[in-house]
Amino acid sequence: MIRVASGLRMVLAAFALAAFAFFLIGPLVNLALWSVAERWYTPYKLPVVYGTRYWEQVFRPTGDAMASLATSVWIAVLTVLVALALSIPAGYALARLKLPARAFFMVLFLLPQAFPSVAIYINVARVFYNIGINGTVFAVVLVHAAHGLVYSVWIAAAAFAAVDKDLELAARNIGASPLKAFFTVTLPLAAPGIIASGIFVFLESLDEFTGTFFVGVPQVTTLPLLLYNAAMGGNYQVASITALILLVPSVLFMLFIERFLRADVLAKVGA
Amino acid sequence: MQPETQARAGSGAAIGVRGLKVAYGGTRVLHGIDLDFTPGSFTALLGSSGCGKTTLLRSLSGFVPVEDGSIVVGGRDVAGLPPEKRGMAMVFQSYALWPHMTVLQNIGYGLKLRGKSRAEIAAKVGEMLSFLGLSGYEDRKVTALSGGQRQRVALGRALAIDPGILLLDEPLSNLDAKIRMVMRHEIRAIQQRLGLTAVHVTHDREEAMTMADRLVIMQAGHIAQVGTPEEVYDRPASAFVANFMGAENVLPLSIQRGEGQVSIATGDAHATLAGEAAAALPNGEALAYFRDDVASLDAHDAVAAGVDLVVPGTIAARAYPGGIYRYKVEAAGRQITVDDVARHELGTKVGLRIPLQRLHIFPATEAGIAA
Repeated sequence: MIRVASGLRMVLAAFALAAFAFFLIGPLVNLALWSVAERWYTPYKLPVVYGTRYWEQVFRPTGDAMASLATSVWIAVLTVLVALALSIPAGYALARLKLPARAFFMVLFLLPQAFPSVAIYINVARVFYNIGINGTVFAVVLVHAAHGLVYSVWIAAAAFAAVDKDLELAARNIGASPLKAFFTVTLPLAAPGIIASGIFVFLESLDEFTGTFFVGVPQVTTLPLLLYNAAMGGNYQVASITALILLVPSVLFMLFIERFLRADVLAKVGA
Repeated sequence: MQPETQARAGSGAAIGVRGLKVAYGGTRVLHGIDLDFTPGSFTALLGSSGCGKTTLLRSLSGFVPVEDGSIVVGGRDVAGLPPEKRGMAMVFQSYALWPHMTVLQNIGYGLKLRGKSRAEIAAKVGEMLSFLGLSGYEDRKVTALSGGQRQRVALGRALAIDPGILLLDEPLSNLDAKIRMVMRHEIRAIQQRLGLTAVHVTHDREEAMTMADRLVIMQAGHIAQVGTPEEVYDRPASAFVANFMGAENVLPLSIQRGEGQVSIATGDAHATLAGEAAAALPNGEALAYFRDDVASLDAHDAVAAGVDLVVPGTIAARAYPGGIYRYKVEAAGRQITVDDVARHELGTKVGLRIPLQRLHIFPATEAGIAA
């Protein structure tokens, strides 16, 4: 009886695992297949001719893909710098402030997420056009930073709130100025959370489509825009390869979170 | 601990607190505290939670803004100064050691801020660690230390900067009982050797009495009594202090002042008192506070002899904590705790023999606040 029950449980578990793997890995396998399919048409279930021609095309130094990858990374780095420059002081203030000021600022930072992004970006694009910065990297960085701040301020506030105030006071007590205490005690202790928020902003920027489309096109071409153009042009191979490249940083980020972020910081996100 | 650290006797600083008022969000926590700390003294701030003792300590250290009043250290009012400019070192209840630093970095932090060289810091920290019995622990992570070791590192970090004043915020409350006893003696010995002015906050009466030269009993943001441990224990200034210092038995008394003598009554029991002891007693309704070891059991019809009061009562409960029996006796409408070597059955009628000179008697109107 017990053996039958445990056998049944094994079968159910295996089935659940297979279903999970299908939903998670299925689309990825499809991407991987498309990236190496040189010829693939109906009614064939699998590519007819395999090859790395499109990989070579994408990674060719003169190719669009490398240029837009460079643009994407450059924009993402600048976005992280802008977002951290704002979210470190803002997160610290939010972590140490008392309600209701805390709630007010939190809502202020979350507000951009409350409206449909297209409606916002079309107005932003108009404003940027009027002041003449439309189609510049600077404009795209601004849009990405505004979007990333929502998360980075939130995560930074959680990271700072997880640092016991007594640790800071102990430094002040034996002679550290407020700034010195912040840079030697509070910031290093909050660093894993801050770095995580930076990576998150980086990924969000790398991934961002709508805002870039409205304020960057046609002068600024990032990887998602390239992917969009390739997919619209029916070039599924280039689209798949671009998508796979976009996936790499996300996976690295998950590994980092798993390895470095303490549970008590994660628990304070949104608290 | 090695005695090799040079004695710096008399390096403590004096603190004078005048009319100190502190409020949190509109709620007054300290109502005008006046207190002097002489150089090299060890003062314990004692009180139940919420009495303001921690707030007083934190306003000394500058962590809590002062609403009004002054804190004079070395002839200078520091009440408006930030924590880093006050020359006081604090040991926190949570130790507040920095988990991203080693023992060396923790203890050396204050020295580094003062521009000491790497070699000077290493030498000083090494000296501090051998002083604290932690030689060779420089490169340990503080997260890898036991509670007692963390406590020592926290103490070392505070002492490394040669402070004139050492503030101790319940530093022993997170340690287990055995290490706590050891640390009491160690902290006291270090304070004596270095001649520091120490201010220690605790809710543990025994800890305060064994460590400090002077107790400050606090009650609801006021000072209830200041005195040596003996003074506070034997001559409590108020019903609250008596109760807080362990006189938990309460007996209502009715006192009649007569010609040269005083008659005291409780329930059916009477006694008379004359002379000096009688002169200090209040007139009218009063409450007597006394410890568990004051009353003794006697026959229920025993005769009151001399200055004892014999109150008839009934045994209501019995416990055996070891060596003696502990009884709850119902007498004069109250439950009184009495220890006795003999075993008695519940419901037995007994007489409670209470020596009058060991009672702390306060007028009922005053005592009512604390009871």
